[in-house]
Amino acid sequence: MQNHYPLWKNILVIAIFAISLLYSLPNLYGEDPSVQISTTRSEKVTQDKATQIEAAIKNAGLALKAFEFSEGKVLVRFTNTDDQLKAADLIKDQIGNDYTVALNLAPTTPSWLQAIGADAMYLGLDLRGGVHFLLEVDMDAAVKQAEERYNEDIRLALRNEKVRYESVAKDNGFIKVKLKAPEDKAALLTVLDKDFRNLELTEPPAQDEVWLKISEREQKDIKKNAVGQNMTTLRNRVNELGVAEPVIQQQGENRIVVQLPGVQDTTRAKEILGTTATLEYRLVDVEHDVQKAVEGHPPVTSRLYYEKNGQPILLSRQIIVTGDQIVDSSSGMDQDGRAAVFITLNGAGAAKMGKVTQANVGKPMAVVFIEYKTETKIVNGEKVRHKEKVEKVISVATILSVFSKRFQTTGLDSPDEARNLSLLLRAGALAAPVDIVEERTVGPSLGQDNIDKGFLSFVVGFALVVLFMAGYYKLFGMIANMALAFNVVIVVAILSLLQATLTLPGIAGIILTVGMSVDANVLIFERVKEELRNGNSPQASIYIGYEKAFATILDSHVTNLVVAVVLFAFGTGSVKGFAVTFIIGILSSIFTAITGTRMVINWIYGDRRVEKLSI
Amino acid sequence: MGIDFTGGTLIEIGYEKAADLTLLRNTLDESGFSDATVQNFGTAKDVLIRLKLQEGVSSADLSAKVLEAINKKTTEPANLRRVEFVGPQVGDDLAQDGFLALLYSTIGILIYVAWRFEWKFSLGAIVATLHDVIVTLGVFSALNMEFDLTVLAAVLALIGYSLNDTIVVYDRIRESFLTFRNKTVEEMMNLSVNVTLSRTIMTSLTVILVLISLFFLGGEVIHGFSLVLLFGVFFGTYSSIFIASPVALMLGACPADLIPPVKKGEHIDNLP
Repeated sequence: MQNHYPLWKNILVIAIFAISLLYSLPNLYGEDPSVQISTTRSEKVTQDKATQIEAAIKNAGLALKAFEFSEGKVLVRFTNTDDQLKAADLIKDQIGNDYTVALNLAPTTPSWLQAIGADAMYLGLDLRGGVHFLLEVDMDAAVKQAEERYNEDIRLALRNEKVRYESVAKDNGFIKVKLKAPEDKAALLTVLDKDFRNLELTEPPAQDEVWLKISEREQKDIKKNAVGQNMTTLRNRVNELGVAEPVIQQQGENRIVVQLPGVQDTTRAKEILGTTATLEYRLVDVEHDVQKAVEGHPPVTSRLYYEKNGQPILLSRQIIVTGDQIVDSSSGMDQDGRAAVFITLNGAGAAKMGKVTQANVGKPMAVVFIEYKTETKIVNGEKVRHKEKVEKVISVATILSVFSKRFQTTGLDSPDEARNLSLLLRAGALAAPVDIVEERTVGPSLGQDNIDKGFLSFVVGFALVVLFMAGYYKLFGMIANMALAFNVVIVVAILSLLQATLTLPGIAGIILTVGMSVDANVLIFERVKEELRNGNSPQASIYIGYEKAFATILDSHVTNLVVAVVLFAFGTGSVKGFAVTFIIGILSSIFTAITGTRMVINWIYGDRRVEKLSI
Repeated sequence: MGIDFTGGTLIEIGYEKAADLTLLRNTLDESGFSDATVQNFGTAKDVLIRLKLQEGVSSADLSAKVLEAINKKTTEPANLRRVEFVGPQVGDDLAQDGFLALLYSTIGILIYVAWRFEWKFSLGAIVATLHDVIVTLGVFSALNMEFDLTVLAAVLALIGYSLNDTIVVYDRIRESFLTFRNKTVEEMMNLSVNVTLSRTIMTSLTVILVLISLFFLGGEVIHGFSLVLLFGVFFGTYSSIFIASPVALMLGACPADLIPPVKKGEHIDNLP
């Protein structure tokens, strides 16, 4: 019954403590309000540009704390948020569209700590402020869009192959092709076999009809791609918004989580994330009578649209270029001071535009702005998703000369609208409409409040427990308190290392572990006391106390662990944060409360004659 | 039930001075948000506005509309502190996940305790735990507080804590079963509860200390969380003493259940 730890055990405990201390250090350093500048394209910020930015900030008389330029990115640190915001606006005005200017809180961790991978804990949105969105991708719409595409493609293919058809129409998940004469069926099947093999074919009793269906497997692929492409688009859009450290993740089958730390203007963020806006360029049909079309007799080759002022207008069914062919766009003012979007087309788009404008100089061309809006409404207690395709002709202008790759579009209501549209065109269209099904916004003042309150309640709770333990268990209580502090250091170190998200409930989890992890020591100390009462020697009491309490501690901690793990699996957001700190806290408390305290007690009482324990 | 489970919108705003709730209520009424509830949150300067999922109105930009309506009427612009919007689909999912979490943790613990001890003890532990959860939730709803995700987390943490307490007592019962062969089951259980009593109370006290700190200093957001645990720890402490072991006893737990490798079954039949 020697209360003595072998050397390796002492070294192990001390080493773990030292490493934990090291990795929890970054949390003591604060953060600088800063502005981060990077490019949206593959090329990097050049040295010249960086120097230019630095000069601009200095000229404006803003006090910058540090200017860092590395790996094609610029990070400018400021001493206060006022200067930071002013500088961000200034830089945005100066360097144009190809750059992303994001507000950021840059950690001031010294480089030697960063070099060993030590970073401060990652704060959740409820502590740093920002927006959390949960977006639901409308999968059915994605499949419907694919059906529509097939519908058009089949029609086009049949026309090209000169197969005479009565109708090609979507009907209840099927694309139904009806021929003019049953004799053409062989030709129809050849066309379908050549280009539309992936569609499932059904032949109904009627000889002049064929029904086609998108297979289950392809539907699954379409849905998967829709989510994937939406995530890419959302990522592009968020980059355009200028957010440092955004989180974009898939959740479940059809939901996407978007977290934007520090974003305050949620209305704009929602607009940018949720809209499916694009442009179409069409020729104006000047040959037919608009009035007749309004009365319900539109010509076959044209469609009826309405201009912004409500004027009806006929546009050719044929689209010159669509939004997907736009490779770049920026916004600004044209010569007359109107809001304009400057557009660059890809090769195919440019060729088509060149051809059409060449053939139609002097004729009018229209720009159609298309926006899909989805909103969930509750009608008679049922959730109804209401989708609306808003099409408006934003400008009609006469083609003055031939143009192809680069041109401008005016007719937007405001510079803001032009800015948003150009952003959306740059970032690409959403493959399927999305719907915001959850939103949580935390203002920056509340975030700081939460940190302060969390920290204060931690300090007070910790102090109360420490006083209580020291008062009741005297020296042994003080040793338990050391273990308690050690435990908190380990939890913080592991959280920092894992870069797990710390939330307010997460802080509550740490506080709760402080209260609960002394349980192990209470168990041991009570047992030691009991053994002393039973007449055992102090040394033997320590030995038996630790020995017997061990199994109990394990058993009782496992139940907490089971609950915490279940909570981790099912919890979302801030609740998950609670589960994380709770799990880490429980595990490390087993180590600190047993091995840690035993080491110190061995140092004090081990290997010598002891008359009385201070317990 | 909070909006986490029912769906709806919650807006927290702050003012420099005490907020005029009547003015806010009237403003919202006039702007067509007649079902909005407006109340102070923590201090008189902070206001919490709750809106149900509305018929025929898209919910995504509700918060912006509300804020606009309010700022038109008040002299001082409101400082937006927090917006939470949960759509009906998500609310249903969260409620389902919450229920599953409760179910799985209960099953997990049932299995663990049955494996480490015996099914009678396991049942005793579950009865004691369910008692804690039900009583705590009863008190919680009597206080008319909002049940949200953090409160659910607290309920789960409570389950863990209450079991922890129970298991310490069970562990001691097992030890007694092994050491004192000449005493009755009842005496042994009594003894075990008694020797662990000081520990049970000590641990509960330390946990209550941190919870009190959390309750008074942790802010309004975490109030429900700390309150549930405060009540829970209190009930959990007495339930592990007065419920868990008696239930195991009533079910006929005896030393043979915990001392391998004596055959089970036979002894159970012989019990009074």
